[in-house]
This record gives sequence, C-alpha cells and structure tokens, in this order.
Amino acid sequence: MGVSVAYSHVVGVWRSFFPTVSLEQIINLHKRFKQLSGNEDTISRENLDSIPALATNPIRKQIIEAFFDKRNQRQDEVGSFHEIGFEQFLMVMSHFRPPTLKTTEEEREVMRREKLRFLFNMHDTDSDGTITLDEYRKVVEELLSKSGAIGLEAAKAIADAAMLEVASTNVPHMEPDEFYEGITFEHFEQILKGLEMESRMHIRFLDVNTTTMHCGK
Amino acid sequence: GVSCFLQTACQCLPGCDFGSSLPERALLLVLVLVFLQGSVLPLGAASSPDVSHQDKTDNHKVEAQGHNYTKKAFPVLSIDYHYIQTPFEISLWVLLASLMKLGFHLIPRLSSIVPESCLLIVVGLLVGGLIKLAGEQVPPVMNTRLFFLCLLPPIILDAGYFLPIRPFMENLGTILMFAVVGTLWNAFFIGGLLYAVCQIQPDNPSSLHQIELLPCLLFGSIISAVDPVAVLAVFEEIHINELLHILVFGESLLNDAVTVVLYHLFEEYSGIGTVSVLDGFLGVISFLVVALGGVLVGAIYGILAAFTSRFTSHTRVIEPLFVFVYSYMAYLSAEMFHLSGIMALIACGAVMRPYVEANISHKSHTTIKYFLKMWSSVSETLIFIFLGVATVDGPHNWNWTFVTVTVILCLVARVIGVVGLTYVINKFRIVKLTTKDQFIVAYGGLRGAIAFSLGFLLDPAHFAMREMFLTAIITVIFFTVFVQGMTIKPLVELLAVKKKQEAKRSINEEIHTQFLDHLLTGIEDICGHYGHHHWKDKLNRFNKKYVKKCLIAGERSKEPQLIAFYHKMEMKQAIELVESGGGVKLPAAMPSTVSMQNIQPKKPPPALPPERALPQLSKGREEEIRKILRSNLQRTRQRLRSYNRHTLVADPYEDGLNDFLIKKQKIIELEKKITEMNNYLTVPSAPPDSPTITRARLASDPQAYSVKPTSDSVPTIQVDLASPQSPDSVNLMDEFRNARQPEQDEDRGLMMKPPSEAKGPKRPEDAEGAKDQQRLMRCLSDPGPSADEDEDEPFLP
Repeated sequence: MGVSVAYSHVVGVWRSFFPTVSLEQIINLHKRFKQLSGNEDTISRENLDSIPALATNPIRKQIIEAFFDKRNQRQDEVGSFHEIGFEQFLMVMSHFRPPTLKTTEEEREVMRREKLRFLFNMHDTDSDGTITLDEYRKVVEELLSKSGAIGLEAAKAIADAAMLEVASTNVPHMEPDEFYEGITFEHFEQILKGLEMESRMHIRFLDVNTTTMHCGK
Repeated sequence: GVSCFLQTACQCLPGCDFGSSLPERALLLVLVLVFLQGSVLPLGAASSPDVSHQDKTDNHKVEAQGHNYTKKAFPVLSIDYHYIQTPFEISLWVLLASLMKLGFHLIPRLSSIVPESCLLIVVGLLVGGLIKLAGEQVPPVMNTRLFFLCLLPPIILDAGYFLPIRPFMENLGTILMFAVVGTLWNAFFIGGLLYAVCQIQPDNPSSLHQIELLPCLLFGSIISAVDPVAVLAVFEEIHINELLHILVFGESLLNDAVTVVLYHLFEEYSGIGTVSVLDGFLGVISFLVVALGGVLVGAIYGILAAFTSRFTSHTRVIEPLFVFVYSYMAYLSAEMFHLSGIMALIACGAVMRPYVEANISHKSHTTIKYFLKMWSSVSETLIFIFLGVATVDGPHNWNWTFVTVTVILCLVARVIGVVGLTYVINKFRIVKLTTKDQFIVAYGGLRGAIAFSLGFLLDPAHFAMREMFLTAIITVIFFTVFVQGMTIKPLVELLAVKKKQEAKRSINEEIHTQFLDHLLTGIEDICGHYGHHHWKDKLNRFNKKYVKKCLIAGERSKEPQLIAFYHKMEMKQAIELVESGGGVKLPAAMPSTVSMQNIQPKKPPPALPPERALPQLSKGREEEIRKILRSNLQRTRQRLRSYNRHTLVADPYEDGLNDFLIKKQKIIELEKKITEMNNYLTVPSAPPDSPTITRARLASDPQAYSVKPTSDSVPTIQVDLASPQSPDSVNLMDEFRNARQPEQDEDRGLMMKPPSEAKGPKRPEDAEGAKDQQRLMRCLSDPGPSADEDEDEPFLP
C-alpha cells in the first residue's frame, strides 16, 4: 500500500523519533499501533495486556511498564504515562534498532549505553537511579516465575549472588561497615560490558506480516 | 624395551628446567629418531607381506611335516610377529603420533610460530621418507575406509558434541549460504575453468586435452570443500572471535552434504560423459535427502541416547559408552545410506547433549569430555602424519599447468565466492559482516585430508588422470595448510580482528541473557511480528513441556536454565574449593572485601546490643578465605566455556568428594526439620560462608535478632570434619539425591544446614560455613582440630 496523504505529513515527524527506520516499517508499526489501540490515538496498559502471545512471557509486566515509563522517552522526566501515543510508542521501539555497517565506534557506544539504560530502567522500578537488592530479587523472581515449581529461595540466592558480583567487581574494597546502596548505572554498564548489547538487543523491523494483524490482537 | 626407556625419558623431561635442558632435549630427539627407525622398519616390513608370509607358512608346513620325522628341541623363546602384527602396527602409529605431539610442546618457540598441523605433516613426510630410504614399501595408510570410518568420526563427534548451539543457530542462515551456495560456486567455477584451461593448452597433444568436463567438475567438487579438520587445527590456535569461528567451522561441517552429492553425481556420470537436466534435478533432490536425512538419522540416535541416559542412574560407569556408541552408530547408519555422516554425527551430538548432561553423573561428564578430546586429538595427529606419509608414497604425476592453475583458481574462487555471498547475506543479516570478517572467512577456507581421501577413492580404471588429481589435491592442501595456516595468525594480529573474549560467564550475564530473550520475544509479540525470537521461545516452551519430561530423569527435568547454570557454577566452585582447600596462598587477581553484609540494607534492629553484629573472625583469616575463593573462581569461570581441546583444563574432581558429599547428605537429612531458610552466596568475591554473611542474614531476618536463651544464642558449629564444607556442595547433594528424595528437589538455593548437634537450631546455618571454610583448609593440611575446639568459640560474642 502506498503512502497515503494522511501519513505523509506526520511521517517526517515520526522518523525523527526513530531515525534509521524505513518508511515502510514506520507505516507497518503504525498499522500495528492502530490495531492494538482499537483505532484510537493512544494505547493503554490494558491494550498491551490483551495481546495473547504475551501471556506466556514471564516478564510481561515489566515489558508493558517500559512502554509507559517516561524515562524511556529520552526527555529526562520521571514517572509514567497512563496512555501513550504513537510517538512515544516509536520512541520506545527505537531502542531496539540494530547497528548498521556505517555505525561508527562512538555511535555504537552511544547505542550500547542507550540500550543498557533501557534495561536499567526496567529493573529500577522506583526510579531512584539504583537497582537495590529487593528490585533485583524481584527481577530474578519474575524470570523464574513461569518456570514452574521453583521456590523463591533459589531466586533470592541467585539475585544475592549476582548483586554481590556487581559490588565486588565495581567496588572491590569495601570495609565491613560500608554499605553498597544498589547498582548504579555505571556499575550496571560495567558488569554487562561483555554482552555487547548493541549487537544483541534488537529486533528485526521487517514488514509486518499482514496475517498476524488479523488473527487476534 | 625402547619404548619403556623413551617413556621414562619423556616423563623426567617435563620436570626439567628448559634453560638447562638442551642436552635432554637433544637426547629426546635422538631417542625419537632412533625409535622412528626402529618402528618404521617393522612397519615397512609388515607391508611387504606376501613374500615373507608365504615363507613362514612354507616353513610351518615343512616343520609340521618334519615334526613327524625329526624331533627338534623345545623352543624356549620364539618370535611370532605375524600374530600381533596388525594391532602392533596400529599401536605403533598411535604412539608415534602422541610422542610427536609431546615433542612439539616441549620445544617452546616452535609451536607458537608454526601451527601443529604443519609440523605433523612434516613428520609424516619424514617418516614416509625414512621408510622409503629403508627400502621398504610405504604402508597404504591413507586407506579411505580407515580414514572415513575410524579417523574422522572422533573429530566430528568432538566438534558436534561441544558445538556452541546458540551462535550456531543464530548464524545458521549465513552458514548454510556459505556451505551450500559457496561450495557449489567453488566446484563449478574451478571445474569449469580448469576444463577451459585444459582445452586451450597450446602444446602438442598434451595429456590435459584428454580430460573431459565431468572429471574436471568432479575434481572441482573434491577440491572445493572446506575441511573441518584443517579448520579446527588452525583456528583453535588463533582464538578469533566466536562469530568468525562458528561461520568458518560451521561451513566446513555443513558442506559435507554438498560434497557427497556432487561427488557421487559426477562420479556416476563421468563414465557416461553427460549429465542431463533430469540428473541435475535428481541431484538437487538427492542433496535435500542427504542433508536432511543425515540430520534426521543423527537426531533419532541422539534422542535414543538421551532416553537411554535417563535410566543409567544405577550404572554410572557405562554412561559414556552410550554417548560414544550411539553417535558412532548414527554415523555408520548415515554412511550406509550414503547420507551425510558428518551431519548425522553433528546432529546426534548436539541433540543429545543437553539431556544427557542433565542425566549423567559428573564423573561421566568428565570422562566423555576427556575421551572425546583425546580421541579427536590423536585422530587429528594421525591424519596429518598420514597425509605426509601418503605424499611421499605417491604415485605422483606432476603437471605444472594443472597444479598451478588449480591452486590459483582455488584462491580466486574462494575470494569471489565469499565476497559475492556476503553482499547478498548482508541484506538479510542484522549484524553485518565487515570486510575484515570477509577476509578471514575467505582466508580460512582450508582444504585437508577429506579432499585427499575422496581423491584417493577414485577408481583408477575410470580415471586415468587420478594421479594428477591427487598431486594437485596434495599441493592445494599443502599450500592452504602451510602458507595460509602459518600466516593467518600474524594476519589476524595485523588486521586487529576481534579476538575471542575470555568468557568469564558471570551470573549477571546469564540473568540478562535470559532476560533479553524474554524481552525481545515480548517486543516482537507487541509488534505483531513472528520473528526468530518468537519461534525460539515456542521451541523452548515445547522442549520444557514435553521433551524434557521424557528425556531427563527425575526432577532435573523441571529445572530452569538459570538455576541449572547457577548449580553448575556452584558445583565447580565446590570442587575448586575442595581441591585447593589446603590453604595454599594463591595470588588473587581481584581481591575484594565486599561481602553480603555490604549489600543488604541495614535495618537497625530494635534493641540490639552492638556486639552482636560482629562475629569473631580475624580479618586476616577472612582475607585469606576471600583471596582463595576469588582466585579459584577466576579459574572456574574460564573453564565454563571451554569446548576446545586446547583449553581443556585438568578437572580436579576427586574421588574423595563423593564421600564427603554422602556424609553431607546425611547431615542434611537430619536437618530437614529446620525450617528457617537461609541462603548462601557462593559467588565471586566474598567467601559466602564468611561470618560477615551472617551479619547480612541477621539484618534481613528479624527473628534472628531476637534474644535467645543462652543455649541458642551461640550458633556453635559442629563441623563434621569429613564433610566438604562448601556450601556449594549442598546443591551438589541435591542433584545427586534427586531420584531418592523427590520432595527435596525444589530448589532451595544453597541450603546449608548445620549438623544435628547444633545447639542453635534457629541459628542461621550459614554461620557454619565460615568455620567450615577454615576447617576445610586446615583439615586438608593437618589432621584438624577436634570438634570441641570449635564449640568453645562462640559465633556471636
């Protein structure tokens, strides 16, 4: 389908939120947005909740919350929206763009930081800039929640161990009475350096398969 | 005699200091040469069988007859070489290969400049030369059946079993493109151009004119396939990043199907001289059958092996055997139907591995790993030596034009193929391949023994130019292995290609890898786009729901991956701890004083007397504990990713650990009634069992703070001296006891329960750990203090 007149004047605006994406992909995302929102202009948490494929995802709540998180809008605000429009939707989606052949080393650094920031925001639910032990425990618990009959203890142990690892890697020398408040963003970056987020955290923004748009929201 | 002497000589060598060992090294070399001479003679003699054999039988006949007439003296000592001939020769070759390998690593600088494969080929040349000099006939070692049925499978199984599934699957499309389309392109390009070159020979009727198109194409298909053995041998020493490694290596494995089909196709029709379109079409179908059939056969055997391993809990000793035998049978079955044996083997290894590893004991796991590495190592060595020997053997037909054109065409075809394919592939890849990547992929296309064996397999009756082909193949192999093999390492340095990261897989990375998987699946679902995350997620869920239940014994089937990973880490730590618990002071790479108490939010407990917070443990002791743990963990982590025989590290799993664990299990059973759950942190820096942990425990568990009656307030540590006082071992116990105590399977993280005599049942048991730690260190180095001593030391003042 070609670019209709209705789109053309806003597409330019939208692309500013998500520079490297193509016209076709933006239009497809917009179609999907309309489908999710029931042809409204905004989507709410309930719209996203009702996607059936998401039901089996253990971290569903965090993912949905990430869309409504103001921190992901690159505008240095905190808090969360009740509903988001297409621009905000695109802005969140732009965190998942892949690097291209032309991406320079500095741009990769920036991209990596941005993606790590997204992950960090997902963990840091109270927006205080650090991931505390409780928050991290919650993360691991959620991860293991759909995996069946595993007790909370395992999650706690793993989260504790992970936290300890972050602390010891970043602040090797701590006196017994010093206290590690929580994982800051710098420490988070440090501990996940090896994963090369910019090459891993992306999805393929191909043209959306039209059949998936018809079968169930 | 000689071999014993050599062995002792070899044994005392590693202990020598290199600086002063020049005479010893010379001695070793001389001994090796003498040994070679001594061994090649029987090897050579044995291969001129008929004459001597006939003599012997004649002698026996005469003797038998003569026995009736004349009585000879009873033979006190006689030699019957013929009786043991074949196994003796085989053992001799294997011994030779192993000694060579040993020798190379004793010469320090050589192994860093020249890749092992080159050295081995040279040795093969030497041996072949020696045999020829001795006037004997060189044994036909490069027997195709020997190669394909005995030498190749161990290498492929080793590769398949330890194949890193995740990067392989992620890049499967790219790998298939290179393997299938790339090999086809190479074969036709080389074959076609060779034919053209042969035809336009300006000379008077040159022998080259006689070569038809189809034999040329056949030759092209033989020479075009990248060889997994050669790639493995060279790439393992250069440590490039995982992506490139898996691309070249995966290509070398998957192009087997293409090679098989092309080879059979052209060989069939070379006699007839033409290939029709129908045949071509059938060839395509055949390719699909060969490839998919091979994978199917492998997968079936893999599932059988996994299923069998479910029931081996009572016969642990033969567990490795199942892995090996099922895999070998998969290979043989595939070969029987002319399917791709290599793909069958890879599929079998890759399919069975996750389930088998969940079922078998740790010792079996170690055994499998070691045997696979050992066999593949020996195989590889033998293959290269035999290549050298077979080169000397000939017969050769050197034709300058043919050989040089072949070599040049191989290089050119490879480069064009890689560049062209990458251009197409990059349209579909998200992480694109850069020019550097392309160069390494092109340069890493080494040919090896498979090409030679296939050439050897050609029927001389049908292919008059077989010798010329063989000569050309050997030249190409030599060129790629020597020139490309030797220069790839400096080139990698020069081009600053990304190297393999020393993967210290941390628990954080594992958590976030899983998190990322779910996140990307979720985002794809929100986009409404069924990408490969979606399908991977579906496959995982199917696996978890149905397959794991069938193939994994007991309760391990429900264990999620994160927990399994965590347990694995703990187990390794436990083993490390036991092994080094003798108090050896190891240099700590990153000493850290951080412990759990620094992490937990300090909730000031109500009415808590200040002294309560601090246990009595000297700082120095804590430091010692931490240093050891830290350094041990560094080594442990590096081990977690090793699938390459060069990084295989000695596995310290001791027999004693089992006994410890059994005792520990008994303690745990007694403590099942204790409900308070406390966790142990095993990981990185602080000894999780340091007393500082209990401070954390106390902080988070309010009831721990309550003032207890005197008997309870002292969490005395009753240490069972025989038990492995590592918290990790607890989990180990859980795993081992799974079948017997299903109700225990619920992963309680690290549960460390104090021994039954503990006076403070409600005490955080982890207090025990700290003392255990010291205990362990002490008890391994000295008889250990008696239990009483510890009882007197109150944990809390």
